[in-house]
Amino acid sequence: MATGQMLNLFRVAPEFLLCIAGIIIMLLDPFVGPARKRWLGWLGFAGALFALLAVHRAYDSQGFAYDNLISTDVFSVFVHSVVIIAAALAILGSIDYLEREGIQRGEYYALVLFGAAGMGILAGANELVTAFVGLEMSSISTYILVGFRRKAAASNEASIKYFLLGSFATAFFLYGISMVYGATGTTYIDKVAAALQSGQPSDLNLAVLGLGLIFVGLGFKTVIAPFQVYGPDVYEGAPTPVTAFLASAPKVSAFALMLRVFYVSFGSASDFWFWALLISAILTMCIGNFAALVQTNVKRMLAYSSIAHAGYILVAFAASTTLGVAAVLFYLAAYVFMKVGAFLIVTHLGQQGERRLDIQDYAGLGTRQPVLAACFSLFLLSLLGLPATGGFLGKFFAFQSALDAYSTHGKWIVWLVVIAAINSVIGAYYYLRVIISMYFAEPSRDYIPSSVAPALVVAIFIAAVGTLYLGILPSGVLAFAQRAADSLPLH
Amino acid sequence: MLHQPLLLSVITFLPLLSVIALLLLRSEDHVWIRRIALTASLAEFVVSLLLLRNFDPNNAAFQYTEYHNWIGDTIHYHLGVDGISLFLVLLTTFLTPLAILCSWNSIQENVKGFFLSLLVIETAMIGVFVSLDLFLFFVFWELTLIPMYFMIGMWGHDERIYAAVKFILYTMFGSILMLVAIIWLRQLAGTFDLDGIEQYLASTTLSHRTELLLFGAFFLAFAIKVPLFPLHTWLPDAHTNAPTAGSVILAGVMLKLGTYGILRFCVPLFPEAAHELSHLIGALAIIGIVYGALVATVQTDLKRLVAYTSVSHLGFVVLGIFAFQTTAIQGAIYQMLNHGVSTGALFLCVGMLYDRRHTHEIKQFGGLATPMPVLMSFFLFVALSSLALPPLNGFIGEFMILIGTYLGHHAWASWAASGAVLSAIYLLWAYQRVALGEVTVEKNKTLPDASTRERIILVTAALAILFMGIASPLFTRRMEASVNSVVERVNQPVNASQPPRAPGVGAKSTAQAAMPATNRSASLAVLETRGRQ
Repeated sequence: MATGQMLNLFRVAPEFLLCIAGIIIMLLDPFVGPARKRWLGWLGFAGALFALLAVHRAYDSQGFAYDNLISTDVFSVFVHSVVIIAAALAILGSIDYLEREGIQRGEYYALVLFGAAGMGILAGANELVTAFVGLEMSSISTYILVGFRRKAAASNEASIKYFLLGSFATAFFLYGISMVYGATGTTYIDKVAAALQSGQPSDLNLAVLGLGLIFVGLGFKTVIAPFQVYGPDVYEGAPTPVTAFLASAPKVSAFALMLRVFYVSFGSASDFWFWALLISAILTMCIGNFAALVQTNVKRMLAYSSIAHAGYILVAFAASTTLGVAAVLFYLAAYVFMKVGAFLIVTHLGQQGERRLDIQDYAGLGTRQPVLAACFSLFLLSLLGLPATGGFLGKFFAFQSALDAYSTHGKWIVWLVVIAAINSVIGAYYYLRVIISMYFAEPSRDYIPSSVAPALVVAIFIAAVGTLYLGILPSGVLAFAQRAADSLPLH
Repeated sequence: MLHQPLLLSVITFLPLLSVIALLLLRSEDHVWIRRIALTASLAEFVVSLLLLRNFDPNNAAFQYTEYHNWIGDTIHYHLGVDGISLFLVLLTTFLTPLAILCSWNSIQENVKGFFLSLLVIETAMIGVFVSLDLFLFFVFWELTLIPMYFMIGMWGHDERIYAAVKFILYTMFGSILMLVAIIWLRQLAGTFDLDGIEQYLASTTLSHRTELLLFGAFFLAFAIKVPLFPLHTWLPDAHTNAPTAGSVILAGVMLKLGTYGILRFCVPLFPEAAHELSHLIGALAIIGIVYGALVATVQTDLKRLVAYTSVSHLGFVVLGIFAFQTTAIQGAIYQMLNHGVSTGALFLCVGMLYDRRHTHEIKQFGGLATPMPVLMSFFLFVALSSLALPPLNGFIGEFMILIGTYLGHHAWASWAASGAVLSAIYLLWAYQRVALGEVTVEKNKTLPDASTRERIILVTAALAILFMGIASPLFTRRMEASVNSVVERVNQPVNASQPPRAPGVGAKSTAQAAMPATNRSASLAVLETRGRQ
């Protein structure tokens, strides 16, 4: 077909547009005066919107691109949409934050876009080395973003920590790929499964070892136990809009790749990795929730809460059914809206230099800024899992898909769901603590409320609407997630 | 049957619509916020009365049903009322205007938020009573929590935060396990719809263990809400620290969500487990009755005292349900309504005292009948209703429960009856300490008597108490068909598949034989309609 090359391009158009937008911003940056730099942010936002349109276009031209390296299926389209929405919201939340902190630079937006492009590659990769390129692209961008507040020691520390540990993790990932290649002779995700079935038992062991190493690498990116240790420090040290981005998009895309590798390549080994995921899920939930209980810093508390949420996602993941995949995807979509929304509000309330992050600093917000407090409560209640919010349905579908897998996994999965359920009640305590402070405590005197910048208002509004929409009218997104799950070539 | 296809949706969401109206007002506009909230709740009450018009008392099935797909093809928007839920809906719409009226002056801070929460709770509670889809039920069930949490935490008394957190954590812990059970049930039956689940459970028998676990998960959630001894510890704290309106709603309606859930889901869906555990639950209920009464006797805080009476009275309700006998269950439902009105009114009286003196300490009162004869007369009247004096409403409920229980379990009934005696002790003693004798505290001498607004509230409550005491057949007649169908369903497997285990079961069948002819024909009609389905 003459349009073969064009089709290739359509199938990677989102990444392509994201990179183009990033490059344009970098090129324009030297010519834009400091007072106008904020327009580069809007340019980045526009780039993300175009990429979202391109995702829509890619949906119409599904198939493999560039010699089967990239698979543009409904699954990839779903994850792309979520990642790009997260990036767009993070950019909106950053514009005034960077102004306030005096670090308004074009690179920032370019890095977010490059990172999002890398995550897009992760979502669509059908080949492990391509996936590695995507992983590196997203990692390196985020390493720099984390350290973007150059003058703040915490930011630097976080960046170094993230960089050092992240490099180890990607090395593990790469090592895993090489073992899988050694065992099966291929790095194509969809061909590994067939190779495994025809291969020798010793090869199988090697491949499973490779899978374990891949699990380490991706576990680091999704911040699940026992690879979660770095998470809270990095999340706390990073500039808050970056935390919003970091807690959402890379997690979503790494989970997407994990789904592809585990379900498509190693679907036949699900008896083996089920146990790894089960243990990891229990650890992740418990560590995340119990550690969050004792936090007094809201940003750090939200960081631990995002660890806990990764645990709930693993519950659906462990189901090892298409229903489980759909539940993971739906959860990720809901999670992005509520988590980004919550972090963006923290961005605003932190005030200059991110001074006001303590729970006490939120005292009396309910009377001072009722709308902002109401939005924050909405996100917190969604994270808690209260009905009529996306967070509840995410949890609900996760539990449902896990219990539906009862016939394959037996009573252990029931226990997993019960532990997850009890954990979500434990979680209620620390989310409600913030609400208590906002509504039930006397306002602190030294706090001067500042009005929320328009860009941030838009971002928070989108996140709030998304959270409610997914909670009340989830049918559309749920059907989309189901089709995405069905589009994976499971064996 | 489908006369007004949208009536239930309107009733459920009308308060939520008025919330939107409230949101449009400025928060300083206190007068209009109160007026609109009151008007909306009164309109809601009037609309809900329309339910009575076309309600067919001989039909055990759900009426005014609405059925739409909501999420996917397993989760539906399915509403309906039957004889069990009909009056609970009316109770909710009756108490909400009273709760709004009683907060007219006592709530001065963040007035908008307060009335907003009250109306959201109303929607959520009605939603619980009319949902026929377990998912929808759970959504409404959880939605009741957050506004109540705010109500206690923001407008409550001294230890409000502790009480609010305790309230919400307790309830959430129960309900999350219920959620797991609901999902499990869906996995078995393939639907969240109550009809579908009933059909599934009628066609298959669950394994013994499954049934016990499912029953346990549901029952735990409901028992915490009721609250059944020993899960009651959140209740006194929540009540003592809640604002008056919060206590009225909490005691008046919210506790009934638990007993309603037991009657709607636990007992009819898992009859075997219900029978198996009925002795344990009956014992807990009786402990609750006696313990609640004893603890209430020694309270020094008037509001805490009233709170413990709830533990005692709700024990009666649970006992009545687990007698698995038509009269007892009718009595239990009636007792739910009575408790809602009487205890609601008690809290209203206590709240009026609090508005004047800002304390609940009994020691701070004494001889109040002298400065405020009207308020104290109503207090006595309400207390008499609560301690089940004939011909007031409380008597009917307790009597029906005791009669029904006695047929099956003599011992249960006699123990429970002691609770009725104890209630006379603690309520009359409390009244004596508060109202009779010399005025002991100087400040109390000049307290104003009930204002016009307060008189309206008290007269309304008193009329309801009197009406329910005299005209009880108007209520029980409409419950009968639905209750019969529950009783049939509960006793069927036991009678059919197992020989009577306890003497109680044998006695129960004779009790059914002794039912009036109308009862039997009603239950036969139920059986026939079910057979046709």
